[in-house]
Parts: sequence; C-alpha cells; structure tokens
Amino acid sequence: MNYIKILLNGIIKENPTFVLLLGMCPTLATTTSAQNGMSMGLATMFVLICSNIAISLIKSITPDKVRIPVFIVVIASFVTILQMCLKAYLPEVNKSLGLFIPLIVVNCIILGRAEAFACKNNSVASLFDGLGIGLGFTVSLTFLGIVREVLGAGSVFGVVLLPETYNILLFILPPGAFITLGFLIAIVNKLKKA
Amino acid sequence: MKKLESSLTNMIIVLVTVAVVSGGLLAWVNNATETPIKEQDELALANGIKSVMGVENLTVTANDELKKNIGGKDYTFVVHKTSDSDGNFLGAAVESTTMGFGGDLKVLVGFDGEGNLLGYTILQHAETPGLGAKADKWFQKDGKGNIIGRRMDASKPLVVSKDGGDVDAITASTITTRAFLKAVNQAYAAYADQDVDAASGASKQVKDITGDDLQDRAAKCGTEE
Repeated sequence: MNYIKILLNGIIKENPTFVLLLGMCPTLATTTSAQNGMSMGLATMFVLICSNIAISLIKSITPDKVRIPVFIVVIASFVTILQMCLKAYLPEVNKSLGLFIPLIVVNCIILGRAEAFACKNNSVASLFDGLGIGLGFTVSLTFLGIVREVLGAGSVFGVVLLPETYNILLFILPPGAFITLGFLIAIVNKLKKA
Repeated sequence: MKKLESSLTNMIIVLVTVAVVSGGLLAWVNNATETPIKEQDELALANGIKSVMGVENLTVTANDELKKNIGGKDYTFVVHKTSDSDGNFLGAAVESTTMGFGGDLKVLVGFDGEGNLLGYTILQHAETPGLGAKADKWFQKDGKGNIIGRRMDASKPLVVSKDGGDVDAITASTITTRAFLKAVNQAYAAYADQDVDAASGASKQVKDITGDDLQDRAAKCGTEE
C-alpha cells in the first residue's frame, strides 16, 4: 500500500473529527483556544503513533480473545509516559490540559485505529496511519480552537485581534463547541461533495 | 505468522508478559522523570513566591503548614516566610484554598510585614474559561478589580461590591470573585495568626477575624454566577 495514501487518508478522507466523528469528548472539551486544541491534538498523535507501532509489532503473538485488554495496557502505558514527560518538561501544557491527558487512554480514535488498522497491517504502514490520523485530529482541533477563540475571546494563539466588547462568550463555553463543530462538519461535507 | 490460538495458557502468558513489560517501562520512565518533575514543581512555587512578593532577590526562611477550622470546615494553609538578602523580614506568601465555582481555587497571596497585599497568583483553579478563569488578571494592578496594595484589616475583610464591599466582581462571575476574596481573606487570617505565634501578640487584634463572618457571606450567595 502506498504510504502517502495512508497518510492523506487520515488527514482528509477519514479525518477523525469531521468524517469519522471519533473522540468527541476531547474535541469538545479542550478546544477553548487554538493553543489548547493543538496541544491536545499533538498529545493524542504521540500516543496514537506509539501504540499503533507497538500493537502492529505484537499483533501476531496476541490471542484474539485478549486483544482488547492487551491493547488497552499498551495504550495506557504510553499515555502515562506522555503525562510524566509533560509534567517534567512542559508543565504549562500539562496544566492547561489537565485531566484530559489521562483520558486519552479511553479516546476511541486510538483503540479504533488499533482494531481497524494496526492489528492488520505492518508497523511501517501503522506508523503512517498513526501520523495521518494524528495530524488530521490535530488540524481539526486547532481549527476548531481557532474559530472558538476568535469568536469567544477575540484572539488567536493568545494574540489579541478584537477588543473585549466584541467577544461572544458562548463560543468558549460548551454549547459553543457543539455549534462550531456542527457548522464545521457541514462545511466539510459540502466541500467534499463539490 | 499465524495468530496464537486463544487457549487459556496463551492468554495468560501474553497478558502477563505485556503487563510486566509495560510496568517495567513505566518504572523506568518514572525514575527518569521524577527529579525533573520535582524541580519543576519547586521552580513554579519559587517563581510564584517571587512574583507575589514583588521582589527578585529573596530567601524563603520557613514553610509552615497551618491547619485551621473555619466555620466547621478544615482549611490548610502554607505560609512561606521570606526575607531579603540581608535577612530582613519581607513578609510571607500564603497558599490558601477555597471552593470556587468549578472546584478548588488555590491562590498564593503575598503580604508584607504591615499586612499590605503585595500580589497574588492563582496556583490551581477549575473556573469557567472566559468567565471565572479571568481571575488571574482581574485583581492585578492593571485589572478592573485591583486589590494590590490594599491594607488588609481583620475587621474589614475584602468584600465584593455586590455584598456591600468595594471590590469589583469579575463580570458574570460573582461566585468566583467571592471564593477568591474568601481565599485572600483567609490567607491573611492565617498569616496574622502566624505572626501572633512568632512575634508574641504584636498583632493580636487581627486574630479575631473569624471564618463565620466569611461563611455567612458565602452562605448568602445563591447559585447565580
């Protein structure tokens, strides 16, 4: 299989947020700003790539009946490693994402890719799949974060664009996440058909 | 390579092996990151103390943990006493925690020897982004609810304007503001108590600030934010 195709598949055709609609919890909760959305996307991408590679390596020695527990142990280990490293070297990121880092363990994108891709393909293909899906997730979350931050706080990546008077607070709050996501999915669908 | 058959022995062996390998890996990473994490925590606290005291060169002379029962609830304070490079007492940075709108609100507040509020920083919060989360800037010197430089007085705790005080509440976040001011008032009470213990009644009158007063105010606040 063509690796570039796998990569683009994750970013466009099977974009986890706008097409597969997977991993909605972190998508809605952490995109209050572009910075947070991007950090969450990158953190998830790291876990996704590592777990995809590890799972594709151990797929042949994993009996079918215990594959889910084995996958979860692998994923949870990488998430814990990520959290320790963030605490040690990027405490700011850890502080702003807080609880959502450990929750990556139950992010359905990661288990979904392990089931749908990594346990059927070799490790290089799995690496590209993790990279593609991870990038797709990161791009979507960053985009969602940018839209919400511009409308809700009048800034992008913390750079103020609009004075406080024009802020629509709703977009920072949970309902704003649903509204923004709905509109973005509609736009993406429209573009895909065209 | 063919998949391993799902026999009981195979399943147990694979699960145990995966768990042991993951455990070993985690132990190794934990070992490697333990020191940096501790350093980061200490650095964050040290920077926080410096910023709330408004002085670059200071030494922390004591870190006293203090438990107080205010209005039936236990509160824990940590008083970091500081002095400048010549050993003169500068005041103290006090860690204080109250219940905010979304969870614990932990602040670090700096006071000088006379009880003037030097600065504050929010150590931990779970307030609504865009509303209560603005507390980190709102009460600073250039913020709208500026409380920096206030002379703290036990008989006149900081009170939000809505409750008859003179501190402007964060727009649409009165509960966060109340929680924040309560944390600051209690921090001062803890600091004043410390002073009494250390300097034999030099500021005895401030000891009488009771949590009841604050609790009453807190009880009054409804659920609006």
